[in-house]
Amino acid sequence: MDTVKLKINGKEVEVPKTATILEAARQVDIDIPSLCYMKNINAIGACRICVVAVKGARSLVASCVYPVAEGMEVFTNTGEVIQARKNTLELILSNHRMDCLTCLRNQNCELQKLARDFGMQEVRFHTDNMKPEIEDSTLHLVRDNSKCILCRRCVAVCRNNQSVSVIGPNDRGFESHISCAFDRNLDETACVSCGQCTAVCPTGALTEKDDTEKVWAALADPKKHVVVGVAPSIRVTLGECFGMPVGTNVEGKMVAALHRLNFDGVFDIDVTADLTIMEEGTEFLKRLESGHDLPLITSCSPGWIRFCEQFFPEFIPNLSTCKSPQQMFGAMMKTYYARKIGVDPADIFTVGIMPCTAKKFEIHREDEQAVPGLPDIDVSLTTRELGRMISRAGVMFTGLPDEDFDPAFGIASGAGLIFGATGGVMEAALRTVAELVTGKPLETLEFNEVRGVAGIKEAEYDLNGRKVRAAVASGLANCRRLLNRIKAGEAHYDIVEMMACPGGCVNGGGQPPQPAGVRNFVDLRAKRAEALYTHDAKMPLRKSHENPLIKQLYEEVMDGKPGSHNAHKWLHTSYRARPKYPVK
Amino acid sequence: MPNSKTAIPFKGTAQQHEQLLAVIERYKDQPGATMPVLQEAQEIYGYLPEEVQIVVAEGLGMSLSEVYGIVSFYTQFTLNPKGDIRVEVCLGTACYVKGSGEVLARVERKLGCKAGKVKPDGSFSVDATRCIGACGLAPVMVVGGDVYGRLTPDDVDGILDKYLKA
Repeated sequence: MDTVKLKINGKEVEVPKTATILEAARQVDIDIPSLCYMKNINAIGACRICVVAVKGARSLVASCVYPVAEGMEVFTNTGEVIQARKNTLELILSNHRMDCLTCLRNQNCELQKLARDFGMQEVRFHTDNMKPEIEDSTLHLVRDNSKCILCRRCVAVCRNNQSVSVIGPNDRGFESHISCAFDRNLDETACVSCGQCTAVCPTGALTEKDDTEKVWAALADPKKHVVVGVAPSIRVTLGECFGMPVGTNVEGKMVAALHRLNFDGVFDIDVTADLTIMEEGTEFLKRLESGHDLPLITSCSPGWIRFCEQFFPEFIPNLSTCKSPQQMFGAMMKTYYARKIGVDPADIFTVGIMPCTAKKFEIHREDEQAVPGLPDIDVSLTTRELGRMISRAGVMFTGLPDEDFDPAFGIASGAGLIFGATGGVMEAALRTVAELVTGKPLETLEFNEVRGVAGIKEAEYDLNGRKVRAAVASGLANCRRLLNRIKAGEAHYDIVEMMACPGGCVNGGGQPPQPAGVRNFVDLRAKRAEALYTHDAKMPLRKSHENPLIKQLYEEVMDGKPGSHNAHKWLHTSYRARPKYPVK
Repeated sequence: MPNSKTAIPFKGTAQQHEQLLAVIERYKDQPGATMPVLQEAQEIYGYLPEEVQIVVAEGLGMSLSEVYGIVSFYTQFTLNPKGDIRVEVCLGTACYVKGSGEVLARVERKLGCKAGKVKPDGSFSVDATRCIGACGLAPVMVVGGDVYGRLTPDDVDGILDKYLKA
C-alpha cells in the first residue's frame, strides 16, 4: 500500500495515502473528537468539532475528511484549535436541552463527554429551543429534537446504509430540524423500525422506546411466570454496557445476571434458532424439489420483513413462512413449556432480549399468536434495556460467576449461535440441509464463503449433484441492490439470507452504542461476529438437526417432524404488502 | 400527526399529472434534475403538495424525504396554493424595523391562517415576503393587489374586514 509520512504534534508518522488526519492522529495516541463523522456512516465535515491546524493552510481544517499528504505538519492541540472547538461546542450547547440527569444516554453520550473534556462550565447563549419535542408515534423509538445537534448521522444511515430514507433535514437556518417529510409522524412513513439511527445518534435525541417497566411489573407480579429468552448476539455485546471490550463473550455472566433479576426461566433463543433451521430447511428442500417460489428468502429479521412488505411486495411469496426465533420461542413457551410445567399459558409472561428495535414491532404483528389471544412475546427488550435493568438491580455484572441456561430450554447448537452474524443463518441452514440431502456427515462445518462483513456474498454448493446457489446480504441498501438484480434477471439464487442491519444482528439497532471514537477504529461487525464464531468452533454440538432438545420437541408435541400440523400452527406466520406512503 | 402543512384537499387533474410526467421524463437522466422538475411542477399545480412530491420522488428515484427537504429549504417553493385573496406582508429590512412583524402577527390572528398557508376554504392565503420595493411606505402589506402603507397593527382588522365582507 502506498504510504505518506507526515508530522503530527511534532511526531513523525507513516500512514496509508488514503488516510485522513483523524485516522493518522491515532498513531500518535491522539483521539480527535468527531460528532458528525462516523466511519462507514457519515463523512460530511460539517460539525467542525474535529478541526486541527495544518501548517500553511489558510484556516483550521476538518480532520475527519481532510486527507493526509507527504510532509504535512499537523497540530491537534494548539490554543487556536482548542478555542475553536470550545466555541463550536458552546454554540451546539446553546441550542441543546441539557437534562442529562434524566436522559437515557446519561454517561453514554458523546456530547456530554465532550462538554466534560472541554470543561464547559458556562454557556453564554441560549435559544428558546429548550422544551422537549417528543415524537413517540412508533412502537420502537423516541425522537426528542430538543437534544438533536443536527449531525445527520441518523439521516445518513437511514438513506445510505439502509436505503429507507424516511428522515431528513427539513426547513432552514434556525428552523432546521430532522424529521419526516411534511413533519409527519414516523408511524405514517415507511420506517422499517431497524433502529440503526438510535445506534449512531451521539446524544439522547434518538433512543429506543424503553419497555423495561413492563418487565419489572411482571417480575413483581406473583401470578406471572416470567421467562426470558436471549438472542444469539446478546452474549457478545452485553459486556459493552459494563465497559468490557468489544467482542467479549459474557454468556455465563449474562445468564447469572438474569437469574439475579429473578426470572422464572432463563432460556437460550439459540434453541429456537435451531428450530428455525429445521422448519426453514424443510421448507427450502420442498421448494427446491417443486421449483416454486425460489429463491427462498429468510425471515428472521423483522426490519428486513417490513422492508420487503413495503418496498418489494412482489417478493412476499419468496419469504420463508417461518416465524423469527424470538417468536418461535414465545410460541413454544406458551404451548409446549406451559403444558410441561402445568401453568396456564395466560400466566406465562415472555420476554425476548434482542439486538433489535424492530422486534418491538414484530411482537405486535398479526398472526403471531400460537395460543389465540395471547401474544407469543409479551415484551421485547434491546440489549441496552437489559443493561439498564441489570444496573438498576445493583447486580455487579463484571464480577458475576458463569451460570448455565435453565435445562428445560437450554440446549442449543453452534448453528443457532451464529445466527447473530451476517451469513450465520445461511451457514446453519447449509450444515443441516447438506447432511439431510446427502445423508453423510460434512467433513468441514465452516462455510467460509458466507462469512465476513461484505455487504453481499455469493456461493455455490453441490448437494448430491444439485447445484445450490446462495446469496447473503446485510444492510438494507445491500438487500435492495440484491433484489433489484434478481428482479432484473441478472442474478439467480435458490436461497437468500437477508438481514436488515449491516453485519447482521451483532450490529443491530438495539445493541450498545459505541461512540465515534471507537467505531472509527474498531469494526463492531467483525469483532462481535468473531466472538460468535470462536464460541461455535468450541461447541460439541454444532448442527441444528443433532440437537437432542429439538428432536424431543418434535417427538413430544409436533408429530415427530418439521412441517407437521402443529409446527405450522405454532411456528409459521404470514405477510402482507404495506403502504410505502401515508394513507390518507 | 397528519399532514399539517397543507390545509386544503388536493384537486390535481389527469391533465396536470400527464404534464408532470412529461417534465420528469425530460429531466430524469440529467444530473441536478430535482430543482428544475420541482420548479416546473410548481408552475403546473401552483404549489407542491404531498401528492405531487410523491410523483416527483418516484419519477426521479428519490425518497419523499429527500424531495421534501429540498422543497422546505428553498423559499421559492410553496406547500400551499394561493388563496382567492392573497395577503402579503413585507418582512424586508425597512418594513421589519418599522414593526411589520407585529403587523403579520395581527394578520395571522385575524384570518386564523399562518404565513405560508391558505385557509381551508381557499378564500385567503398569507405570505411573509421579502422587500417589495416600497420602503418609503414601511411597514407595507398588499391585500388582493392593493397596497397599504405606514401601518400599525391596529389598522389591520379594519382593512381585512373590507375583504372579509366582500
